[in-house]
Amino acid sequence: MTLIEFKGVSFVHETGVTALSDVSLAVGRGETVAIVGENGAGKTTLVRHINGLLKPTKGSVFVDGVDTRETTTATLSRKVGVAFQNPDHQLFSESVENEVKFAMRNFGFSEELVSQRLDWALKFFGLEQYRKSSPLVLSGGEKKRLTLACILAWDPEVVVLDEPTVGQDALQKEKLGQIFRLLQSTGKTIFLVSHDVEFLWPIQPRLVVMSGGRVVADGKISKIMADRELLEGARVTQPQLLRLYAGLRRRPTTPFLDVLEARDWIGGKKESPGAG
Amino acid sequence: MNNIAERMPRLGKTLASIDHLTFRYPDSPNPAVRDVNLEVGEGEVVLLAGPSGCGKSTLLRCINGLIPHMFPGDYQGSVSVGGLKVAETPMSTLAQNVGLLFQNPENQIFMFSVERDIAFGLQNLSVPRQEMRTRVDETMRLLGITALAQRAPHELSDGQKQRAALAGVIAMRPKLIILDEPTSLLDPKTALEVVSLIEKLNRELGITFIVVEHRLELLIPIAHRLVVMDGGAKVMDGPPQDVLADERVEGYGVSVPPIFKLYNALSKDGARMRKAPQTPEEMAEELNAR
Repeated sequence: MTLIEFKGVSFVHETGVTALSDVSLAVGRGETVAIVGENGAGKTTLVRHINGLLKPTKGSVFVDGVDTRETTTATLSRKVGVAFQNPDHQLFSESVENEVKFAMRNFGFSEELVSQRLDWALKFFGLEQYRKSSPLVLSGGEKKRLTLACILAWDPEVVVLDEPTVGQDALQKEKLGQIFRLLQSTGKTIFLVSHDVEFLWPIQPRLVVMSGGRVVADGKISKIMADRELLEGARVTQPQLLRLYAGLRRRPTTPFLDVLEARDWIGGKKESPGAG
Repeated sequence: MNNIAERMPRLGKTLASIDHLTFRYPDSPNPAVRDVNLEVGEGEVVLLAGPSGCGKSTLLRCINGLIPHMFPGDYQGSVSVGGLKVAETPMSTLAQNVGLLFQNPENQIFMFSVERDIAFGLQNLSVPRQEMRTRVDETMRLLGITALAQRAPHELSDGQKQRAALAGVIAMRPKLIILDEPTSLLDPKTALEVVSLIEKLNRELGITFIVVEHRLELLIPIAHRLVVMDGGAKVMDGPPQDVLADERVEGYGVSVPPIFKLYNALSKDGARMRKAPQTPEEMAEELNAR
């Protein structure tokens, strides 16, 4: 069932610059969609249409059947949580705890629920020690985690993450990976804008490649990542495990999805990845 | 790009020397940097890695003089760059030795045109007009941005902005350039271009680099050394392929590139491989030969 639908969407900035050209995209409930492409390809503009922050100049965007032009960002936000690329554009409260509470209170959550969700979110994202601190004193990576905590606290159906891995160390990236699995297992619809192909590859999302404001490819990541010419044009590089797979003379029928699969196959423990 | 064998550390003179450095911010109970010793030789490319909050940024600030000049605190030990003691040298003098490039070039470029932006630091140093013109032109040529000279920074793509910001740093002709996550906002292809540029500046001008970067797979092929920090202390230091092949490294929150993770796992399983691979293609070749 389609939850988010872009129908022939174009977006032209006030300056006259076209950021999106005739984008059509239908995303079902529970899908994980990654969006990649060169700097300035229109990825961020695209995801800002999902919660109505931007409205199409041409065409329409529907969220759960509702045209984003006919509703408000405040209403859409209950369904769609967006974590911006630059957390400084998002954080404004005087303390970390009030930052997390803000949206939940706006949505009319009971104080008891607000405090339960707050505790969960701060603990989950390792931000408990900053509860009373100003968001401004956090490091770049911590600020990013705080924006995620704010959104997941109000439990939206659609989660949009713009470059979530930037500034995150390995432990935090691993945690982000866990959060993805958690979100996926609870049936969330996820949009993930990222340059980090190594992070995307094991998640195996549906991949949308953008270039010059257009969607130039849309499909399985394993198939698209194998198309070097397409990647070259969109300034995307291949993940390391796929490069390894491509270079092997004797290899399994499908590429390695993670290091464990590659290890098992090379060590002769498994005939093909994914089997068993 | 040269392979690692040709890029082993040149045993040149020491350029930056950190000697038993401990630093604590005034409002913090614990030191952000603890008893760090580090010598960086002329012409080295040193990668600095470690988990968030491990003290990397503080260490960088100690090297370019922001600490203690702008951020005072409890400072023990010493840092010197190019023979100058950082704590005793004015920032304006240090700026001629050490350039710092922030993660987000938008925080760094602000003039009306790219060339005026590049000239800004030189103007502050009262470099004579003719000399300034020459340096700005040379730098733009080197970075391939001559055509952008008259463009306003907001008209540039992210990769171009990063180049323009780097140009502003290079025009000052520092011996050492510090880059704080220079590629994190760039698409993979543009990121690789910035990496090639670092390699070129290192090779042709002998500029020394200290680079903080989480996406190690991009920088490993050009780095001479990988230094890992944890809890304010230096915990590992060596050629990148040695550090990454040491299983402790994952415990320190370093994003080990998949190909090194695989190499480590296979070594643990008893597979004998000649050396840690630099690229997936190198590893495939090695496996094909077995």
